[in-house]
Amino acid sequence: MSHSIADTSQDSVRRRGGRKFKRYGLLALMMLPGLVYFLINNYFPMFGLVVAFKDVNFSKGFLAGDWVGLKNFEYLFKTSDAYVITRNTILYNGSFIVINTVAAIAAAILLNEIKNKLFMRFYQSVVLIPYLISTIIISYLVFAMLSTETGFVNRTILPLFHLDEISWYNEAKYWPVILTVVNLWKSVGFLCVIYLASIIGIDPEYYEAATIDGASKLRQIRSITLPLLVPMITVMTLLAIGRIFYSDFGLFYQVPMNSGALYDTTNVIDTYVYRGLIQLGDVGMSSAAGLYQSMVGLVLVLLSNFIVRKVSRENSLF
Amino acid sequence: MNREHRIWQWITHIIMVLASIGCLFPFVLLIVSSFTSEHEIIREGYSFWPKSFSLEAYSYLGGKLNEITRAYGVTALITIIGTIVGVAITAMLAYPLSRQDMPYRNLVAFLIFFTLLFNGGLVPTYLIYTQAFEIKNTIWALVVPGLLTNGFNVMLVRSYFASSVPTPVIESASIDGAGEIRTFFSIVIPLSTPILATIGLFQLVLYWNDWFNGMIYITDSKLYSLQNMLNRILTDIQFLASGSLGSNVRTGPMPSETVRMAIAVIGVVPLLIAYPFFQRFFVKGLIVGAVKG
Repeated sequence: MSHSIADTSQDSVRRRGGRKFKRYGLLALMMLPGLVYFLINNYFPMFGLVVAFKDVNFSKGFLAGDWVGLKNFEYLFKTSDAYVITRNTILYNGSFIVINTVAAIAAAILLNEIKNKLFMRFYQSVVLIPYLISTIIISYLVFAMLSTETGFVNRTILPLFHLDEISWYNEAKYWPVILTVVNLWKSVGFLCVIYLASIIGIDPEYYEAATIDGASKLRQIRSITLPLLVPMITVMTLLAIGRIFYSDFGLFYQVPMNSGALYDTTNVIDTYVYRGLIQLGDVGMSSAAGLYQSMVGLVLVLLSNFIVRKVSRENSLF
Repeated sequence: MNREHRIWQWITHIIMVLASIGCLFPFVLLIVSSFTSEHEIIREGYSFWPKSFSLEAYSYLGGKLNEITRAYGVTALITIIGTIVGVAITAMLAYPLSRQDMPYRNLVAFLIFFTLLFNGGLVPTYLIYTQAFEIKNTIWALVVPGLLTNGFNVMLVRSYFASSVPTPVIESASIDGAGEIRTFFSIVIPLSTPILATIGLFQLVLYWNDWFNGMIYITDSKLYSLQNMLNRILTDIQFLASGSLGSNVRTGPMPSETVRMAIAVIGVVPLLIAYPFFQRFFVKGLIVGAVKG
């Protein structure tokens, strides 16, 4: 060990470092469980995406399969599956965005007009109930309506119009409508609450001035409420577009009760990946579809956030 | 009140009453059907105005009390553990990140944030949990994958800490000799109960409603949560009669169509009863989450 003049200053640096370590060590320790969790739950799977380029062989260990390059992707895109699931995912989510937004804004404007705040809160709570319950319960509710032998629609509504009963769970053509209605029923309350909060935040002086100038209610909605809602609508819509490649798995899997006859109009990327993995055991194909979803999803999130930043900086994710 | 105003009030109330009926009628159909006789359901279908009143579905389910209690127990257990541990981990991760003086805070925050943009998806997640950690058919499968639903909660709590817990307060606590742990528990946490309660409530609803983890990781019906049991019964009503849930009680023939509705009622009614008590916080939480996003 050699001593030098710099020794003392080095020592104090080390001591300060030691104190710093002691001070922040505890804080770092506090973060440890959360960080380990993100490592296992989020970062390991990101690296696990390499299975999309492998021929997975469980007997060798799931990461030890041979590299097969882009084979899995070739198989995926050679079938019509890739086209069907992409089409379904984008068309469904696209129409959900439009329909839910329009309905939610209409409901929010109406709720805001209600002068009795007790009633307003009551209606708001009621339209939120479908958002609160699990997709399994929703599937039961849909089943009670659509069951072929005992469903309310087949046994009560269709006979009123002298129509024959329909085997709902076997006829793919009806499901775009059914799923859109169920999705609207489930999520309109949530969006409505968001837009209502935005409307309540509008300065009442605008409306007072407009009333004095003799503007009708409709005119006020068109010229004050809607224009002032535009930033919020833009942000919510762009964020939804950023997630357009991801679907509500339960809606497309549980609500149609995983009926094979309906796959043509109910299969989306998420259900395809699930069935490939769990039911068919085709890890190659489903991991390829999963990577395809993750990558396009990332690009869309970045893109939509880039635009949100231009529109309203404080609402962008980053 | 002028005339235009009154007309508007009428129109809005009528539309909102219709919307409310639209939201509630499927639940009414479910509940009414569960109290109808099996015979009538088979003849007339599920109906809002049945001619008969019958408790046969519930008396049948009474014989399956063990299974139902067990599933409720699993759900209660995972909900309690998941909510408490989830909120604790979130707060413990968010607090150091909210401290201006924490080294590498931006790097760590970015790593958490990145998980919101990109994820491995179902296949690698499933492979890692089942192959590397072997959580298949363990209670952990129902708890672990949902603990920190996403990095978003961490970011939300972090910004709440940063804005609602003034730095001078933390500094003076430190000067007074309070250690980091003590400061966290006796100053930061009490000042932040609203946000912790909010994410706790959402975590709770998430665990209560979760069926996905059970569906992919659990095949042993003894570990079914309430939602998994409901899920299984919806597609396979005989599942309840088959005794695969370990029941030896003889119950006779099952009124399957009404039992299906009755079990769903048992699954959903507690949540509907609790809802009025927490709906205010639920609404607030939704707004905080969406607006700050």
